[in-house]
Formats: sequence, C-alpha cells, structure tokens
Amino acid sequence: MNPHNKSIEELKDIASQVRRDIVRMVHAVNSGHPGGSLGCTDYFVSLYFKVMNYSTDFKMDGKGEDLFFLSNGHISPVWYSTLARAGFFDVKELATFRKIDSRLQGHPATEEGLEGIRVASGSLGQGLSVALGAAQTKKLNNDNSLVYVLMGDGEVEEGQVWEAAMYAAHHKIDNVIATIDRNGQQIDGSTNEVMSLGDLKAKFEAFGWHVLEANGNSFETLLPAFDEAKKSTGHGKPVMIMMDTEMGYGVDFMMGSHKWHGVAPNDEQLQIALQQLAVQVASDY
Amino acid sequence: MKEYTYSEKKDTRSGFGAGLHELGKSNLEVVALCADLTGSLKMDAFKKDFPERFFQVGIAEANMMGLAAGMTIGGKIPFTGTFANFSTGRVYDQIRQSIAYSGKNVKICASHAGLTLGEDGATHQILEDIGMMRMLPHMTVINPCDYNQTKAATIAIAEYEGPVYLRFGRPSVPNFTPADQKFEIGKAVMLNEGTDVTIIATGHLVWKAILAGKMLADKGISAEIINIHTIKPLDNEAVLASVRKTKCVVTAEEHNRFGGLGDSVAQVLGTNFPAPQEYVATNDTFGESGTPEELMVKYGLTENDIVAAAERAISRKQ
Repeated sequence: MNPHNKSIEELKDIASQVRRDIVRMVHAVNSGHPGGSLGCTDYFVSLYFKVMNYSTDFKMDGKGEDLFFLSNGHISPVWYSTLARAGFFDVKELATFRKIDSRLQGHPATEEGLEGIRVASGSLGQGLSVALGAAQTKKLNNDNSLVYVLMGDGEVEEGQVWEAAMYAAHHKIDNVIATIDRNGQQIDGSTNEVMSLGDLKAKFEAFGWHVLEANGNSFETLLPAFDEAKKSTGHGKPVMIMMDTEMGYGVDFMMGSHKWHGVAPNDEQLQIALQQLAVQVASDY
Repeated sequence: MKEYTYSEKKDTRSGFGAGLHELGKSNLEVVALCADLTGSLKMDAFKKDFPERFFQVGIAEANMMGLAAGMTIGGKIPFTGTFANFSTGRVYDQIRQSIAYSGKNVKICASHAGLTLGEDGATHQILEDIGMMRMLPHMTVINPCDYNQTKAATIAIAEYEGPVYLRFGRPSVPNFTPADQKFEIGKAVMLNEGTDVTIIATGHLVWKAILAGKMLADKGISAEIINIHTIKPLDNEAVLASVRKTKCVVTAEEHNRFGGLGDSVAQVLGTNFPAPQEYVATNDTFGESGTPEELMVKYGLTENDIVAAAERAISRKQ
C-alpha cells in the first residue's frame, strides 16, 4: 500500500509545496541544483504519494517494499523534500541542506543514516546497476515488490548505463521500472549541443527493454504511465519510462534553459519563484 | 628457526574457489558475480552447484560493482570475481561511491594480483591495488599467503559485515598453513620468534620470508617472521611489539613500494616507535612479460632479496 494514496488535486498541491522547498533550500546555501529538481518534482510526488508501496518506518533491507534509487544524485533537493513531506523525517531538517553536520548532504548519502536513502549517488551512471542488483535480490527472496530508479538523460553518456542495460535484458530483470528524465539539458548546454543522445527509446528497445513514454510534468499522463509500467513488469523484460520534463518547471524564469542546472536564485528571484508556487495551505519548513 | 613443511604446492585462487563453494553450502545468503573469468577465478564449482546464486556479468566490471552493492539490499552477501586489476583500478569510483561510501557488504575477490601473473605482462600485473583499496574508508584489505589461508579467509569474510578486498594469485605456491587454522581478520600470525630483525610479509612473499629466515639462521641471525594477511586494519600491536624487541624491520610484498604493506608498517612505526626499515617491493615500476620466477628475481622479490634487506636493516640499528 502507498501510505498516502493522494488524489490528483492533492498531488498538485504537494508538488507545489515541494517546489517551494526546493527553491528555498538552494537559496539558503546559495548552491545546489534547482533545475532538474523542479523538473522531476511531479515524478517524485507521484512515486511517494501514490505509486510506490512502502513504509516510512525506514529499513535498509526494504523487504516486501518497493524501492527507489536516484542515480542522478545532484537533484537531491527534490528527493529530500519529498522524503520529508512523505514522513521519513521532520521537514525542519530541510533547513540543514548542504550545511556542516547535516544528514542532507549535497548529494545523497547513507553515511549519516538519513532515512529513505539506500546508496550514495552523485558520481553518475551507477544507479541503474545498483537498482538491478536490488531487483535480483528481490527475486532471490521471492519478494514481489518493485524497484524504481531515476536517471538523467545526460547521464546516459556514461558507459556503465549501457553495461547495465545489456545485463538487465540478458537476465530478464522484469521487476524494475527505470525512468530517464529527458529534459534535453546538461551542464554545458543542451544534450543536442553537448552529446547527441539520438533516439533513446529506440536505443533501449534495441537493448531489449520495454519502453514507454510520458510527460513528466502532468499527473494526468504520468500516473497512467506508471500504471502501464507496473502492468508491463513480470513479462521477462526490464521496463523503462522515457519521461519528458521541463527543467525548472513551475518557475517561469528557470524553464527552458540549462542555466539553472546548478545555480541558486538570489533573494529577489526567490520571492518571484515563491509567488509562482502557490499552495492552498502553505506549510513552509 | 621453526620448521615449516608442505605436502604440495597449490594456487591461492583455488583456495578462494574452494572457500566460495563451501560458503555456497553453508550460507544461503552468499551470491557470486563474475565478469567472464569463471575458470580463472575457480568459481566453476559454485556456479555448477548453486546456479541460481551465480550471476554472469560479462566483461562489464563497473556494472558488476554496482550490482553487488544493490544485491546487499535485502540481505545477500555478494562475492565479485575478476582479476585484481579489473577489481580495483578499472572500477575505483564504483567501489568508492556505491560500495565503500555506501557501507555495502560486498566482498571484492581479486585474482592474478602482482607480477606472478607472469606472461600476460604489465597491463594485467597490478602492483598498486593494495594502496588503492587501503585508502578507501570502511574498506578491509586482505592478502593471504597460501591455499589454506585463502580458503579460510574467504569463509571468514562472509561472517564479517562490511566491504572487503580479498587479494590472491595465480601461481602454485607451498601450501603450509594448517588447514584448520582459524582466520582472524586483522590478526597477525607469528611464524617464528626471533631477536635480531623483524620480517613482516604478506601474500606470496610469506613463504619466501620463511626461506629467508632459514638462510639468516645459518648466518647466525635470529629473524622474527610475521605473516600479515590483513593489511587494513593492520595489527599495530603485533608490529610494535616485535619491532620494540628487534629494533629493525623488513617488509616484503608483491606490490609497489608506494602505498602497500611497507608504507602501512612505516606509518605505525613512524608515529609510535621509529626504527630502521627496509622494503622488499617493486620500485615504482610496471611489470613485464616473463615467467613468474624470472619476474620475481628481476624485480627483487626473492628470499635472497629479503636476506640482503635484513642485513641492511640490522646494520642501520643504532
């Protein structure tokens, strides 16, 4: 069971709150990655408030629970906010993000024991392998729950992603739902300028994956995509959602550019962003 | 000098294979991953008898390290198998982030370490792996000396919770360790008590240290010989107790003089009890093709080299 199981209207409100957290967190320390975090907010809110079956009483082994791994660890703000809002830890702790002695490291880590995180990420290309290993352990344990993993699109320039993609199909790891955040941006520019990714859907299909496509900034299309992805598990193929998002989604001046990949808003920009991110019952940390 | 005998020579990698097979029977959580070197790592028996717990990864070591990290989530104890070079340098960042920093219970099992790989040459003869692995926080580094000790170490690390680097090799070497000797991680093994010089050796150099001890005894020199199978955490107390007695030390390893056993011992001595130390190790160089025996002679890793180093160390005592 998902512990929240929210309606679409409620999900929208939660997503707006998470986006407020993101811009406030990166503004407070003048560092961090707002662009991809804002773009993937609807994905995270869907997973933790509707899609995944899990308990907020965190256990590293996660037996009998759906697991989530974040491979592109730099979008940690959206994950931290979502975990806190979902009940893994107190939302007040979001104020410690990237500060000394915090459990909320710049990139996600297990070292400080933050609930909800099962492996460190940040150095790119490693999360899919980890997720596949966890999925194979679930099979060995006769555990029918699923493993979710998110990667960035620029991240698939790392060769390890393709090692893992080949392995998943060969070993018929059909209890994993991977997602690529196809926002078309990376640090040095658009993916088209930096390194052409080509037809990622066709590439993963050629590697033996079952690939769906979805708009990642619309609960109306994202939730049905998750439903279809779940139905596609257990059929001998790994499942992938190619998810189109807009980097910076929800804050107009952060959208449509790679420039807000790793830059925090100033005081004035923060106020403009917060005006655009209304919530019905604001509950900022 | 205490007598050491052996009935046969065996390769340490076969000790790993035997230990892994035994674990397959005794510990149902143990799983094995291999990157297209099942025969070389002697993992065939495990693969044959426990196929559902054996995972062929293909030539994709980076993926193998990530998979192993993930498999621990849910309670499995993964043992990865490939050559030492591909177990460390090729996948350092994967080990660093997904295994060591994440505190994952993965056993990185590395064969064909060092010069004794032989004819394949320097691309495969890694002499830097101990250094790389011991620099990683949370990592335990083990380099057993013979078949029996490698088998015992393989079984012991399954009982230990945390990442381990287990280093072994290809050539057949004297199998002198008692088959029933308990393997204690981090505990030095005293092979011979002596008074004039301490010889601390690891891996394939341990037998050569025993040979050197006999040669030194014939010259009237009393050598204390210690087998250090666990380089990290190092048995500091054993090192210090011995050198406090003998006042000088030789370290011997099939590894670069930078970053390995010698530096580990030097660090303990330098901060506690400074004493003359001589290194038997490769001298900041890559290896080359040749037979294992030829290479050990050319690169200065024989019993004769240990004897000469011992004499130098003794001559430097105040």
